[in-house]
Amino acid sequence: MLDYGFVIAGFGGQGLLFAGKFLAYAGLLENREVSWLPSYGPEMRGGTANCNVILSDGPIGSPIVSKPNVLMVMNGPSLDRYENSVYIGGRAFVDSTLVTRKIVRDDIYGIYVPATKMADEMGISGLANMILIGSIIRQTKCIKEETIVEALKKVIPASKANLFDANYKAVRAGLDYEVKEDSYGNDIRHDW
Amino acid sequence: MSEKVLMKGNEAIAEAAITAGCRHYFGYPITPQTEIAAYMAKRMPKIGGTFLQAESEIAAINMVYGAASAGKRVMTSSSSPGISLKSEGISYLAGSDLPAVIVNAQRGGPGLGGIQPSQSDYFQATRGGGHGDYHILVLAPASVQEMAALTVKAFDLADKWRMPAMILADGTIGQVMEPVTFDFDIAPAPEKPWATTGTELRRPHNIVNSLCLQPEELERQNFARFDRYAQVEKEEPLCEEYLTEDADVVVAAFGIAARVSKNAVDEARRQGIKAGLIRPITLWPFPKANFAKLVGKTKAIITVELSMGQMVEDVLLATKCRIPVEKCNRAGGMIPSSERVLREIVEASQGGEIPW
Amino acid sequence: MVVFERPHALLDVPLHYCPGCTHGIVHRLVAECLDELEIEGKTIGIAPVGCSVMAYDYFGCDVIEAAHGRAPAVATGVKRADPSKIVFTYQGDGDLASIGTAETVHAATRNENITVIFINNAIYGMTGGQMAPTSLVGQVTQTSPYGRDPKLCGYPVKICEMLSQLEGPEYLARVTVNNVARVREAKKAIKKAFQNQIDGKGFSLVEVLSACPTNWGKTPKDALKWIDDAMIPYYPLGVYKDRSADQENR
Repeated sequence: MLDYGFVIAGFGGQGLLFAGKFLAYAGLLENREVSWLPSYGPEMRGGTANCNVILSDGPIGSPIVSKPNVLMVMNGPSLDRYENSVYIGGRAFVDSTLVTRKIVRDDIYGIYVPATKMADEMGISGLANMILIGSIIRQTKCIKEETIVEALKKVIPASKANLFDANYKAVRAGLDYEVKEDSYGNDIRHDW
Repeated sequence: MSEKVLMKGNEAIAEAAITAGCRHYFGYPITPQTEIAAYMAKRMPKIGGTFLQAESEIAAINMVYGAASAGKRVMTSSSSPGISLKSEGISYLAGSDLPAVIVNAQRGGPGLGGIQPSQSDYFQATRGGGHGDYHILVLAPASVQEMAALTVKAFDLADKWRMPAMILADGTIGQVMEPVTFDFDIAPAPEKPWATTGTELRRPHNIVNSLCLQPEELERQNFARFDRYAQVEKEEPLCEEYLTEDADVVVAAFGIAARVSKNAVDEARRQGIKAGLIRPITLWPFPKANFAKLVGKTKAIITVELSMGQMVEDVLLATKCRIPVEKCNRAGGMIPSSERVLREIVEASQGGEIPW
Repeated sequence: MVVFERPHALLDVPLHYCPGCTHGIVHRLVAECLDELEIEGKTIGIAPVGCSVMAYDYFGCDVIEAAHGRAPAVATGVKRADPSKIVFTYQGDGDLASIGTAETVHAATRNENITVIFINNAIYGMTGGQMAPTSLVGQVTQTSPYGRDPKLCGYPVKICEMLSQLEGPEYLARVTVNNVARVREAKKAIKKAFQNQIDGKGFSLVEVLSACPTNWGKTPKDALKWIDDAMIPYYPLGVYKDRSADQENR
């Protein structure tokens, strides 16, 4: 299994920290080393939010992901801010409903998912985050598909258990959504 | 709670404190440690404990002083500016030989500073912080598991030595979520015959006090306390050494800085450079012996800190300035990147200019 | 025949207070209450910083010496650690009404189940006679050598009146000890303040107008008279809040 360093970024309220936590719980369920590090402070209240997630088979050094091999962005400023940090050969997952531009670099892959539009059409507005997560799982195999249900149960608080179905539906939609990995063809390397 | 759970560092501190038998928590909100108070507020009422949001950090530490006088395991937590306010109370705790646990999830300073992670309260913590001759035990966790383990240890050490103990964490380790288990052997707190629990008219009254107007007597108390400190320095230093045995370049760092540095050391090894990491876990007592051992073996030390360079002075003292030391630091809430630490290692290994 | 004896809760040691100082009287009243209510063995006293800083040597119960102004916070810690204990603070005006105002107000507003004995002698005694938050307008002290000027440093703090505006506290009373009848009244108030704690009623504070002949520059006799002439007009005696009694009367 490969090591994954994620940066998940966008606006506060888009469920980015939750999406990251989902990956961390999934990693824990697969007996891997995991860490989840949120941004914190006033910037979370309406401003930008991001988290760093690591899934690893060995001990994790720093929980700070300075060179992600998976970037997930849900707004333009986050793509501007993090595109250059992506590890050569890494992937950038972009909510193409909210981010109009494409990636500039030619040594990473851009994956464009109209996640917000899809969520709205499916009647699960607000779950674009989990659609993107589904897409990440499809393209990177960072976690096993059979872990998804258990990880969702862990990450959704008991008081909000009724949201399980919608979340699952969102991840499923991302998994089923066919994408073309748009790059200029360098080898993908997953160590970071 | 023996299964592996995902928890934030701050929450792990709170749960570990409860595991260690702490039933009294007094605090005042400040970023980035508020999860501790929130966790305590939720849990304490359910287990017959006390959570109280005090009117200020000053009141909170004095409530700690009261509960500690009563012989209870008690904790407070704050972040840098709040610790400054608590420092008066910490001096009184030390002067009255009271055990208590204080958490500092450090943020950038000075003054109001910022809210991003920092290690710039190293001097304040390791030199006492308040007025007078005293030390407190200072433990520096580098992971969520250590947040829990060192909190349990802090209660034990505080009781054992009748000293305040501080968990010197930072915003990052407080916020990061990692797997943690709470499988700890909890030793019962020792008897505290000195505690003010009421005489029941069966013994002379106990007095918890730091006032002593006779200089001869106050001097005697200070000497006695420092005899105890000498014993602590002998018995309690804790340190992790990683690949230091044959290392030409050793990175010295604690807390989050050590995590970042470990990545750099691993990468340096991949590049064929003999690099190692020395990570003090107790900052007071400082693991002097581990550093002294490097003299004659290690060609250079790089200290990595989230401050302008504070632990570096203890490194210089412990090595008696016999190893060149280079500082690699960020301040104000910034964290040195692994890449930058790696560059420093590469440079040092090539015998670059080190101005010491 | 009544034999005059030292209360058990007051230790047989010489007090360091100046001649004519009323701390000794109030210490004795507190000790008598601990005896009569049979609570000495489960009482923890909190001493302040100020003239009564060494009260820990005088009371027979366990005592904690607090930092300046922090006694109500320390008392809160002790009481929360073991609510079955009786906890009282003994504080002067600088301690309680200046540096420790926040701790006083918040212990009161939480209705912390403790007893507070507040010695108001309108001066800083231990440091040698500086202006207190309760020094009267025009009062000459070391740090108000031309008399307290309200334009410069405001008006004296009326603690009982101020705290009586809060929902929290159970009992607030101002007494003095400048004659025998008032000493008896003072004891009644102090005893009630302890009884309230025993009954779990909550925060009870007794303010005692006290004499400081040394720093007032008066003879002990004149000092007692000054309480009548100068202090009581500004700080009227009486009960400022008695929630249980008020509720019964309703």
